[in-house]
Amino acid sequence: MSALVTRSLVKRFGGVLATDHVSLTVEPGEIHAIIGPNGAGKSTLIGQLAGEIASDEGQVLMFDQDVTAVRTHQRAQLGLARTYQVTQLAKEFTALDNVLLAVNARQRHNFRFWRNAHDDATAMTKATAALVTVGLGAMHHATVGTMAHGEQRQLEIAMALATEPKLLLLDEPLAGMSQGESTAIIALLQSLRGRYPMLLVEHDMEAVFALADRVSVLVYGRIIATDTPAGIRNNAEVRAAYLGETV
Amino acid sequence: MNGNLWFPEPIHWTAPRTLVALVVLAALALLPAITGMLGSDYYVSFGTRVLIYALAAVGLNFILGFGGMVSLGHAMYVMLGAYAVAIPASHGVTSGWTHLAIAAATAAVLAAGVGAVALRTSGIAFIMITLAFAQMLYFGAVGLKDYGGDDGLTVAERSVAGLYDLSNPTTLYYVALVTLVLTLYLSWRTVLSPFGLVLRATKANARRATALGHPVFRYQLTAYVVSAVICAVAGVLLANLTKFASPSYGAWTLSGELIVIVILGGIGTVFGPVVGAIILLALEELLPSLVEIAMPDYKANWMLLLGLFIFVVALALKRGVFGSLRAGRGDSR
Repeated sequence: MSALVTRSLVKRFGGVLATDHVSLTVEPGEIHAIIGPNGAGKSTLIGQLAGEIASDEGQVLMFDQDVTAVRTHQRAQLGLARTYQVTQLAKEFTALDNVLLAVNARQRHNFRFWRNAHDDATAMTKATAALVTVGLGAMHHATVGTMAHGEQRQLEIAMALATEPKLLLLDEPLAGMSQGESTAIIALLQSLRGRYPMLLVEHDMEAVFALADRVSVLVYGRIIATDTPAGIRNNAEVRAAYLGETV
Repeated sequence: MNGNLWFPEPIHWTAPRTLVALVVLAALALLPAITGMLGSDYYVSFGTRVLIYALAAVGLNFILGFGGMVSLGHAMYVMLGAYAVAIPASHGVTSGWTHLAIAAATAAVLAAGVGAVALRTSGIAFIMITLAFAQMLYFGAVGLKDYGGDDGLTVAERSVAGLYDLSNPTTLYYVALVTLVLTLYLSWRTVLSPFGLVLRATKANARRATALGHPVFRYQLTAYVVSAVICAVAGVLLANLTKFASPSYGAWTLSGELIVIVILGGIGTVFGPVVGAIILLALEELLPSLVEIAMPDYKANWMLLLGLFIFVVALALKRGVFGSLRAGRGDSR
């Protein structure tokens, strides 16, 4: 049973095929990276998988369940978690409240009005643990708006992990990070290998080749090759279309 | 962090916000006694008006300040509450509990419908749809020829609720005060609860809240209905104060005034709307006479000064008068 399957997924914006019959799989425990030039449709594809963008054709399956028509928050409840290329955080919340919000999302509903959300010891423990996992253990009470860019990127990942997902969609987790921060996140993702199947969209080739079990190359909304990192490196079509002679 | 029986969060007794809130509440509690010494009933009824506006603003702030929903139609629920007193009273039903039940039930049903439509949108569209519904209800009230139509409907006798006869101005004042304090307390608890966390997240980043798995619409709709019911309760009290209900209670200008009160006091603070209501109504009360004394020729232009004041507050205090006060550490209310 694959964690994620897309069958001939299509998205059109006007006359433009942003996603052109994309079929891919993410196997349990696998890190499947998607690379491609700017404007290749990577973020659109992630949006379709998360349910934020409605697909025009094709199917999305999570763990053999057809979720093509399932709404965003319900896909999340089925175990799908994503991070955003441009950080999407509650900026005036503390780091802890952001993660707590993610932890609480595991419960079907939060129609509890009386007790302080911080009095839920189980949820607080999980939230704290998620912050520690990504290296933000000392940042509990920092307001997100005051945190450094790299720290906000780490928080993105902490929130995704805090929902106890079965499948991770990571949209350029290293975007805008310094070398040191990138190294830390790559190490973190390495340590999560096997625990979650991941679909990783990333520009940083070094990271992709270090992390991915398989790599798919997306050009103009179409997957032109899927192979092991070594296979992709040596693929003539990929080199011509994307990698050029830089790799 | 620790569970506390009475308060949802530790209170920083020396923080400016706490002190101001306590002083204001104490002053409100003592107002009838003070004016009693002056031998004037007028300020009790003025005070009641302030409390009622504050109550409605607390209701609006629940969605505006914590949920980011800008409703320009909340006066319709105030009007609904007022008619829930006036119409039954005109048929001889004077029970305050009945009035309250009718007001809460009709407001909840109406708000569920309006909210279900308006919350499909956001931003400007949400503002316009709430305004449109309020205008429809306004003209609906104008069309109630049997109940005074445009002229409104006089309430012959104030509501009677159990032991309380609201025809006594001081009783009405304290009923309004207790209702306000209770609402403030509940809204304080709710804002900090798991429900409140999700509600505040829908304002801060609805997209993320959805992606995490929160059914955002349900939280927004629930908050919208609660907020409407609070405004309807304010309407019940208002009809008892003025012994009158009219379409003008549902005018969009009142909806706008409620927004000004919330922003003036401190949007997204539990107590801010109370401060906002006191400031705005006190200025509306005092400025005309002050201007008359200082510049008799410009008596009719006192609104200019009010506008100037709001302008200055908006410019200098981005978070409103109460909201700009320092809160205790980790205390964002």
